[in-house]
Amino acid sequence: MNKELVEQIKNDPNYKELVAKRTSFALILSVIMLVVYFGFILLIAYFPHVLGTPLGSDTVTTVGIPVGMGVIFFAFILTGIYTKRANSEFDDLNNKIKNSLKDI
Amino acid sequence: MAVFAANAGAEAAKELNVSAIVMFLIFVGATLGITYWAAKRTKSAKDFYTAGGGITGFQNGMAIAGDYMSAASFLGISGLVYASGYDGLIYSIGFLVGWPVILFMIAEPLRNLGKYTFADVASYRLRQTPVRILAAFGSIATVILYLIAQMVGSGKLIQLLFGLDYEVAVFIVGILMILYVTFGGMLATTWVQIIKAFLLLSGATFMAVAVMAHYNFNFGSLFAHAVELKDVSIMAPGKLVSDPISAISLAVALIFGVAGLPHILMRFFTVADAKEARKSVFYATGFIGYFYILTFIIGFGAIVMVLGKPEYLDLAKQAISGGSPILGGNNMAAIHLSHAVGGDFFLGFISAVAFATILAVVSGLTLAGASAISHDLYSSVIRKGQVDSVTEMKVSKAATVALGIVAILLGIAFESQNIAFMVGLAFAIAASANFPILFLSMYWRRLTTRGAVVGGSLGLGTAVLLLILGPAVWVDVLGNAEAIFPYKYPALFSMTVAFVATYIFSITDNSQSAKEEQEKFEAQFIRSQTGIGAEGASEH
Repeated sequence: MNKELVEQIKNDPNYKELVAKRTSFALILSVIMLVVYFGFILLIAYFPHVLGTPLGSDTVTTVGIPVGMGVIFFAFILTGIYTKRANSEFDDLNNKIKNSLKDI
Repeated sequence: MAVFAANAGAEAAKELNVSAIVMFLIFVGATLGITYWAAKRTKSAKDFYTAGGGITGFQNGMAIAGDYMSAASFLGISGLVYASGYDGLIYSIGFLVGWPVILFMIAEPLRNLGKYTFADVASYRLRQTPVRILAAFGSIATVILYLIAQMVGSGKLIQLLFGLDYEVAVFIVGILMILYVTFGGMLATTWVQIIKAFLLLSGATFMAVAVMAHYNFNFGSLFAHAVELKDVSIMAPGKLVSDPISAISLAVALIFGVAGLPHILMRFFTVADAKEARKSVFYATGFIGYFYILTFIIGFGAIVMVLGKPEYLDLAKQAISGGSPILGGNNMAAIHLSHAVGGDFFLGFISAVAFATILAVVSGLTLAGASAISHDLYSSVIRKGQVDSVTEMKVSKAATVALGIVAILLGIAFESQNIAFMVGLAFAIAASANFPILFLSMYWRRLTTRGAVVGGSLGLGTAVLLLILGPAVWVDVLGNAEAIFPYKYPALFSMTVAFVATYIFSITDNSQSAKEEQEKFEAQFIRSQTGIGAEGASEH
């Protein structure tokens, strides 16, 4: 990639928008995932009885079961949310950047 | 996974299991057929390393999930659930949550910048020789540790399931893996992995559904029955997470280790572009999450259907230690459950799938190790890139054969050693050497060769040192009374060392080459974000 091309893409508003949007989105989702997971682990480390509490008086199923399963589903849903937005919005922006290069 | 290796134990060989062997032979026949088909399509180095770049996101997601669903994690996690209930779920969640982070941070830039190995990305704007050597060293160390753990685990498992001698089992695994990889390259390795992932998910689904059907698909009744047979502690966190530091350190190793495993990273180069790379992770996360939910049900299923049943009881062990130990140890819980729900035929199927799983996983590992040797060390460091694709592929194949032989020899050498720490060490090295360099090379402008090499080496060295001084090696392997380093998982400390050292040695690097490396960041970043100039899909 030569210097002019770098300058041109760098100053392309679509490129700026793509980088800004994707970086912040990826960062937010990563932080959410890490907070949820480390929250789960620290909950176990400091308050193990919380997840060991039964959901009701007539069941042995504990709070930990839906919470643990929930973390698994949550991880999958987050990848789905990212993939959906990236497949549409980010890819559209990226295609605009690529198309603008063809015109030269 | 470590759990599995630790407990597989030196078990006496069982009688030959005929239905398992027949089904395994069918699998081997089919996969050798695929290898023959793949061999005809593997003509260049690109075909060999990346299956020509024509794998779809869905297929790759399945293959990635297959790499992750090793026999050790299938049997080990269901065995852990069987033994301690909820702790098994905590453990498996740790293996899953790295995937979203890989998707958000690593997958797309990796695909856009790399060609065959993650060292391509790490050395993109840095000096090739030192960075490639470090990355190759990190890759080979990770691969060999993982391989030893898999080979030893597999030898013991096959001994138990098929009644074969340990050495024979290790030898068969080694030879088949060499055949798949040498002749079929990534194309065969990927399809073997996809087929196995499909078989494993189908088998595990059948088992979970069979268990749930007994309880009218009501989790509450399943848990209630399990608690009746064991005790209420299986429904709550137990001993797995003891002190917060160990818990966080293990979490760090699992999350960031995945993002530094060379055989996983390599899979992202088999798809056409960043979009397919992204889809790969989405599908992989789905398959892996689903698989862990299945292993949880299977573990509880084993409590209600295997525990205390006379046909699965290990009478010899019971005579010594009491309780109701099952044949082959807790890691056989899923295998016994397959017999309980589906009889001899289904037991044979699950045993064959477990064998297939081992083969598929070691093949992927060997291919990643061979690529580090041929692409990073031979082609980029020794020949400075002046080598044609056919020669490079020949070197890869030679490296595959050599790694296969090494794996067989180490597998036999480590038979009676305590290898439980090896997967942990592989993850710690991946998180402390491979991941920081890869991540910083993608996102941090000021990274220089000096910073990367010093930081990566210190991360690797710290991980190895702390593990040796920690309880897993100092106490369990070397037999000392107390560990010098108190924590079992070093990643929190070694990864921090790697990041801090990389930072300090980069910002204080005022050399001319450092300046040039920083100037090249802009162009690299544009390519990593947009894919402009990225390695194209199929060349033919």
